[in-house]
Amino acid sequence: MDFFLQLLVSGIVVGSIYALVALGFALIFKATGVINFAQGEFLMVGAYVCLALVSQLHIPFWIAFVLTMVVTVVLGLIIERVALRPMIGEPIISIIMLTIGLSSVLKSGVLIFWGPNNRVYPQIFSQVPIHLGPVVISQVYLWSVGFALLFLALFTLFFRYSSSGIAMRAVANDQQAALSMGISVKKVFAMAWCIAFLVAGVGGVFLGNINVVNVSLGFFGLKVFPAVILGGLDSIPGAIVGGLIIGVLEAMTGGYLDPIIGGGTKEVIPFVVLVIILMVKPYGLFGTEEIEKV
Amino acid sequence: MSAHICGDYKTSYKEDMVLFQTKFSKFWITAFLIALCVVPIFLDNYTLYVCNMIGIAIIGALGLNILTGFTGQISLGHGAFLGIGAYASAYLVMDLGIPFFIALPCAGLITAMFGMVFGIPSLRLKGLYLAIATLAAQFIIEYLMVHMEGITNGVLGKMVDFPSFMGFSFDTDLKYFYLVATIAVLATMMAKNIVRTRSGRAFIAIRDQYISAEVMGVNLFKYKLMAFAFSSFLAGIAGSLWAHYVTIITPEHFTIGVSIQYLAMIIIGGMGHIIGSIFGAIFMVLLPELLRVMSGSLSGHFPMIVNLFAAIKEGIFGLIIIGFLVYEPDGMAHRWQMIKAYWKLWPFSY
Repeated sequence: MDFFLQLLVSGIVVGSIYALVALGFALIFKATGVINFAQGEFLMVGAYVCLALVSQLHIPFWIAFVLTMVVTVVLGLIIERVALRPMIGEPIISIIMLTIGLSSVLKSGVLIFWGPNNRVYPQIFSQVPIHLGPVVISQVYLWSVGFALLFLALFTLFFRYSSSGIAMRAVANDQQAALSMGISVKKVFAMAWCIAFLVAGVGGVFLGNINVVNVSLGFFGLKVFPAVILGGLDSIPGAIVGGLIIGVLEAMTGGYLDPIIGGGTKEVIPFVVLVIILMVKPYGLFGTEEIEKV
Repeated sequence: MSAHICGDYKTSYKEDMVLFQTKFSKFWITAFLIALCVVPIFLDNYTLYVCNMIGIAIIGALGLNILTGFTGQISLGHGAFLGIGAYASAYLVMDLGIPFFIALPCAGLITAMFGMVFGIPSLRLKGLYLAIATLAAQFIIEYLMVHMEGITNGVLGKMVDFPSFMGFSFDTDLKYFYLVATIAVLATMMAKNIVRTRSGRAFIAIRDQYISAEVMGVNLFKYKLMAFAFSSFLAGIAGSLWAHYVTIITPEHFTIGVSIQYLAMIIIGGMGHIIGSIFGAIFMVLLPELLRVMSGSLSGHFPMIVNLFAAIKEGIFGLIIIGFLVYEPDGMAHRWQMIKAYWKLWPFSY
């Protein structure tokens, strides 16, 4: 039972970061209809930028954290303007390939600046674990869950109440109607990419604090696909629920199945789930079904 | 060679369907084929190696182009299908002792079967969702390649012999070139012929508007599966040729990166153009080799360039994809047609 709870907790921690990254995913898809294969690389860039600020420029962590958020927003703006805007109205395959190309550019940028070696964050969170009943949790886990939940809550409120959030929802619903109501669709697209980069960057900082930082962090982006599909591609609550479910599922398989079948099952099981969902309920738990008319 | 006619003077469908429209193109195709036979004799082993890789890539890219370029079904799992072909052929030849020339088509057929299985979801899924489903297929097949150690020997890699036929072994780059070139020409002919048949027109109809295609009486399920089968058949052939050429295969050779490279080939070359697959394959194989040569000559001035080579290669790869998508979305095949159209009436190009 203790083992189960331990797995559950670590699953929720990873799951909350999945949820954060999935939020960015769902957001971009909802607002712009683009699926972003570079989301994992956004996360990696966030982790590296914050790491560089902390360990190379010796800026205190929390200031570096805020600066990272600023940097990711600016990068999001640049990417939207340079690469994504010309692609409006292009077929899906082009857009997919464009974000894949973007991911290799970002990966290569990180490799050129920081090299391929593993890096670790200096000790930021106290290593004294906290005991919650039988479960032992390290503090960095609590911080990441806390921040993930904070950001998820903030963005949920943002979409519900702020005028920019409502504008984004309007664009997601119907671009032409939004345009005729005086909403700048371009601005909304730019904002969607900024927010997606921002949440991925925040996820990256915490993931970097939990694990080591290296280029394979980019792979995280592909592992978020099962989470968003499970939740429904265009649903923000779906992204959160899907992220948590996939995180827990992964931890459970890692704990119970890996010793029996052999390593790597943990990595592949979310994709098996993905195929099953796509076969049974392709629009996920909360997604809107696309209906096509001739 | 008064070969070019300025305009269409065709009076029957049969004339319109002819593969080589003019004497001019017939002449150049023949010249090209003769060159393909003669020139390799004078090439060194490195150049031949690059040519062989191009040939194998052309076969794979043709397959992907039929599926993605002509039928409009996005596949992010082409690398894994290459892997299935490679392992199938390796298993048939090395473990079961079947001769290579039987194992090669068998590998293609086995891969086609796998492709059809993973094509089944395509009936319900399209666009993005299909892309993600094939991405899942890629990861699942990769996992199987690592874990089915009885067949694949897992991460340790599987040794494969050069192919031989009646005691004649294709063990040098030159001999292998003739094998690859023959199969690449056959594959090109096959692809070219498929797209001008009923099935090919059905593929294009599905790509352009699947609902209208269905209304016109195109059986979506049948033709989508057929496209998956053709595509993975060619992927399997390419994988098999690749396995027998590099002689040791591990699951790392068939990752998502390979799938992306093949997609890049058809995008850069031109989707929905047979010649696009050829241009794209040549481009994508030559690019890293050219970069290697360039970084080698620059390393005298900038020693750190050798360490950064992998990173720079990745970055340039990404930039080229983005550049093509933004500035030349129809790929090199489109540019090629423009050049041809310009010279057709030159110097009176109006």
